[in-house]
Amino acid sequence: MDIILPYLWAFIIGGLLCVIAQILIDKTKLTPARILVSYVVAGVILGGCGIYKYLIDFAGAGATTPLTGFGYLIAKGIREEVEKNGLMGVLTGGITAAAAGIAAALIFGLLVAICFRDKRKQ
Amino acid sequence: MQMDKNSYKKYADARAKKSPCAKNCVCAFLFGGLICAIAQGLKELYMTFLKEDDAGTLVSVTLIFIAALLTGVGIFDRIAKHAGAGTLVPITGFSNAVASSALDAKGEGFVLGVGAKIFTIAGPVILYGITAGAIYGVIYYIVTLIMK
Repeated sequence: MDIILPYLWAFIIGGLLCVIAQILIDKTKLTPARILVSYVVAGVILGGCGIYKYLIDFAGAGATTPLTGFGYLIAKGIREEVEKNGLMGVLTGGITAAAAGIAAALIFGLLVAICFRDKRKQ
Repeated sequence: MQMDKNSYKKYADARAKKSPCAKNCVCAFLFGGLICAIAQGLKELYMTFLKEDDAGTLVSVTLIFIAALLTGVGIFDRIAKHAGAGTLVPITGFSNAVASSALDAKGEGFVLGVGAKIFTIAGPVILYGITAGAIYGVIYYIVTLIMK
């Protein structure tokens, strides 16, 4: 049971975060782009308050995989840089922490644009 | 059939209820949960040869790669149609937004087409994420100054 438990919590917490977004999409007129932005900002706020860390300790990838985890990463990076370099960390910490995700998404996105044709336009 | 604006709106709303929120939520829960459970599995696999932070980063990169690839071959949109927020909220949604914006703009050239439009969704996400982070950083800096 101990082996399955982390997967179960990742599934439940990750799934619930998606359900909240689905309700927001269905019940309000929030577009997917606004959902993504709200989730990242919410992640920064929850990460900054120190709440999100508990969710990650509890749910693992269920909390880090949704975009709130991306926001948490930004807040965590900035906090560490501010502790190390003072005020300069405010500007350097966020992008440093998010670098891998942003770079990977952009580079793979460009590769997709080079390698594939847009199927919807045919 | 004559209809004024209000009765048309009622008519349209009654028809629009064909996509029930409950079913969408179940789908979002199952797909979103599945992606996160897969991410958990990848993380535990990567942690056999990497530190926890690096393993987490590599999990994100793996999911971003898979989502971009599925977007390219056209499968992602078909899954997302059923999954709704289930594929949008995990990092796969961010990757799909980037890759599909880039793919859409291919006809407009690679500099002002793909190069500029790849940021259509990624831009706002990065902008407001970094801005919120910077505000938090300033607050944190001031708080630590006072605490000293």
